Amino acid sequence: MINIVWGIVFVLVAPLVGGLIAGIDRKITARMQGRVGPSILQPFYDVGKLFEKEQTVVNETQTFYAICYIIFMIFTGALFFASGDLLLVIFALTLAQIFLVLGAFAANSPYSYVGAERELLQIMAYEPMVILTAVGMYVATKSFNVSDIAATTTPVILLLPGIFLGFIYVLTIKLRKSPFDISTSHHAHQEIVKGVTTEYSGPSLGLIEITHWYETVFLLGFVYLFFGFNPLIGVAAVIVIYLLEILVDNTNARVKWQFMVKSSWLIAAVVSVVNLAALYFLFGGVS
Amino acid sequence: MQLAQLLLFLILFPLITAVFMFFAKKDMERAWIVKLSALVIGIVSVYLLISTYDKGALLVSAIPSEPVTLIMFIIEMLIAVFILYLGIVHKKYIVVALILVQSVMMLYFELVYAHSVEVSSNLFIDEFSNIMALIIGIIGSLICVYSLGYMKFFHEHHPEMPDKRTTFFFVMFVFIAAMFGLVFSNNILWVYFFWEVTTLCSFLLIGYTKTEEATNNAFNALWMNLLGGVAFAGAIIYLAMFGNGVMGLDTLLASGKVIALIPAALIGFAGLTKAAQLPFSSWLVGAMVAPTPVSALLHSSTMVKAGVYILVRLAPIFQATFTGYVLAMIGALTFLIASGIAVSQSNAKRVLAYSTIANLGLVVACAGIGTYEAIWAAILLIVFHAISKSLLFLSVGTVEHRIKSREIDDMNGLIVRMPKIAAMMVIGIAGMFLAPFGMLISKWAAIKAFIDVPYGFVFVIILAFGSAITLFFWAKWMGKIITVTSDSKNIEGEVDHSEWTALTSLAGLSLITTLVFPLLSTKLLEPFLMANYGHVAQLSQDNIIIMILMLLLLVIMPLSILIPQRKHKHVSPYMGGRTTTTDMRFSGSLGVQKKTVLSNYYLHEYFGEAKLRPAGIWLCSALICIMFAATALRGVIL
Repeated sequence: MINIVWGIVFVLVAPLVGGLIAGIDRKITARMQGRVGPSILQPFYDVGKLFEKEQTVVNETQTFYAICYIIFMIFTGALFFASGDLLLVIFALTLAQIFLVLGAFAANSPYSYVGAERELLQIMAYEPMVILTAVGMYVATKSFNVSDIAATTTPVILLLPGIFLGFIYVLTIKLRKSPFDISTSHHAHQEIVKGVTTEYSGPSLGLIEITHWYETVFLLGFVYLFFGFNPLIGVAAVIVIYLLEILVDNTNARVKWQFMVKSSWLIAAVVSVVNLAALYFLFGGVS
Repeated sequence: MQLAQLLLFLILFPLITAVFMFFAKKDMERAWIVKLSALVIGIVSVYLLISTYDKGALLVSAIPSEPVTLIMFIIEMLIAVFILYLGIVHKKYIVVALILVQSVMMLYFELVYAHSVEVSSNLFIDEFSNIMALIIGIIGSLICVYSLGYMKFFHEHHPEMPDKRTTFFFVMFVFIAAMFGLVFSNNILWVYFFWEVTTLCSFLLIGYTKTEEATNNAFNALWMNLLGGVAFAGAIIYLAMFGNGVMGLDTLLASGKVIALIPAALIGFAGLTKAAQLPFSSWLVGAMVAPTPVSALLHSSTMVKAGVYILVRLAPIFQATFTGYVLAMIGALTFLIASGIAVSQSNAKRVLAYSTIANLGLVVACAGIGTYEAIWAAILLIVFHAISKSLLFLSVGTVEHRIKSREIDDMNGLIVRMPKIAAMMVIGIAGMFLAPFGMLISKWAAIKAFIDVPYGFVFVIILAFGSAITLFFWAKWMGKIITVTSDSKNIEGEVDHSEWTALTSLAGLSLITTLVFPLLSTKLLEPFLMANYGHVAQLSQDNIIIMILMLLLLVIMPLSILIPQRKHKHVSPYMGGRTTTTDMRFSGSLGVQKKTVLSNYYLHEYFGEAKLRPAGIWLCSALICIMFAATALRGVIL
């Protein structure tokens, strides 16, 4: 059943949490690099400043796509936390992501154009694994409903260890962390021209930044689903996974897109075949 | 009107129109007849739905089998002689051989068994046939209307080609008549007859331009479909020999797997050829040489849909058999491989062709699985694919006439140059792969259907990869269209009235069907599933509401353009600090002015046709052999 209250809570609280996570991320990253690092609230200052700037555009449609991007990302996350259907959540996520790509295409600029194509490659790389994660959860819990999965007493992680690894692998792509920050990166340690967001500036860039906060919270919620049987372990696992992503981010250089697509597909294929087949033969699949 | 008369009307009326097409030499006359007939066909197919609504499957026994079947046989033989003649003239001996084999088989059947076969009800109608009739009656006739404008333009700009529009429209309407016949026939001999007529029609339409390429591709399509026809004839002879007089679809479905599986596998093979599944995909890709409305017709409402129609009809027989699983695997692999090839294609029509093959593969996979959930997904796929694909083909046709190119890269900035058509194309593309539009609902249904059957996870994995690839090639095409180029002018001009009617109707249809699809599901699909499987599949109320919410959001968002807002400061795109003119020319090294050209990624290295197609052909051919071997073995054991 849809739980609207949780959806509204997500809409209101997620940007605060997401912004804080981004701030902590930057602080830890700085420490890993031997710097002091900015205040934890720095992401909020940055976005605040973006909104004070004058909006410059290459053409008016860009802002439209940025607005669609944030609306559908909020929609995705709200649907997830309001315990909708997991597959529908994934499809809504794809729709949101496509708007970011379209915004980059619309600018008719070489840099954002390449960024858009690369963003599509990224989507192509992670999409199978994300769908198969939802399918795996259905096999494990007999439901596609988020609250059913979250409230299950089955230790999903023990049934889906392979799929969990595969999901963590593509999570790096989704969080735009090195080595898979192919289309645009969050830190300035990869590039000066920022791929898919090259032609965005001022308030519309601020919107994209906030969208990313929403997305981060949503994705961490997804990770939590593997540990729904015990909330304490769940929260701990989410924190550990995010710290791991920061570590990976800071210890790896960007790879070529070929490696990204090949490796994530190979991993998705292997872990899902092995894991789903094992579930099927051990537990007789879905009754 | 009585049901029998109604069904006969839908089969015969397009035929009469077809004959009239021969006499209407003037554009005006032709336009009027086509538009009126299209209107009549559309209205009658809707009326058919209303008059049979909520009555389940109705058999029609009023039409005498004996004389009609004999007339059909005679026409079949005439067609065979015609094809034989063409085959010899063009030195296509494979066609000659196949048509000879097929004719001998049918002659043998006619002489030895025909008198002993008795089918009580030759025609029938149920919810699935009703849906097919709506697709044929509405989309098929819209395409005919569109052709009026397109073919006029086509011959004005290709004066070197003989203007044979009379034949063109004649064949188009015969095609529609044959399709109606196919979906209303219960007698398998009748199904076979209409099946052969569609083969002939597609052959004639593909070869319309009479260029060497067109003729070759037409014969390519012909031999593949004749091969399917031979298998179909084989099924008929098998039924006559071992079937205890079973010759109706209803009795075949009721006869149990022991009798039905072998003929179903044979007819299923015929369905694979007609639905252009690997290894037979090349005929549909080759059919692109024909004028665009022909492609639209072949891909959306006729021909390939006949192939999947028969497979979905026979799905209860395939359910939970090894034959069904292999069939489903052929479909699933076709989906994966054809989607992959589509990534590497830069020609818009070829992308559409491979995407059709891929989506039909998904339908075949659902039909092979054959559970009620899978069939629910399959029928939804057929409906939504027909709408979006015809819209896309017709838009590409109109664009092609303006920009003189079918290349996707040449469609850069279409939203500026032809805003209306570009909007149609965006709706069509969104309909093919984005939530909350139809094709995505269907894929979603397919995932749920696959995961609930034994070994279904294999199919789910293939589907997950296939749909990620699908997303890639559609999104990059959409991106090309919506790119805003600063230097382009609006060259849309006056789009032909008939073309415009068809385009807007189809765009409207794709939005409306997405909105009313819960109705479509509860009023038509669920009764059909209940009658045939004893179960119903549906989406939960919550999900439907969420989907409608998404659709409304998507529809409302573009309206935000109407809200007056202050003008933003415009800058030119970042070009690495080089001086750039407004039309994106920059000075390269040595001071030469260069134009910025942006091209899509095609990833030939990974998704090239030369690489994937042979792999697909071998894999799927092997699977077909396995399917027949296993089915025959089962037949021997049982």
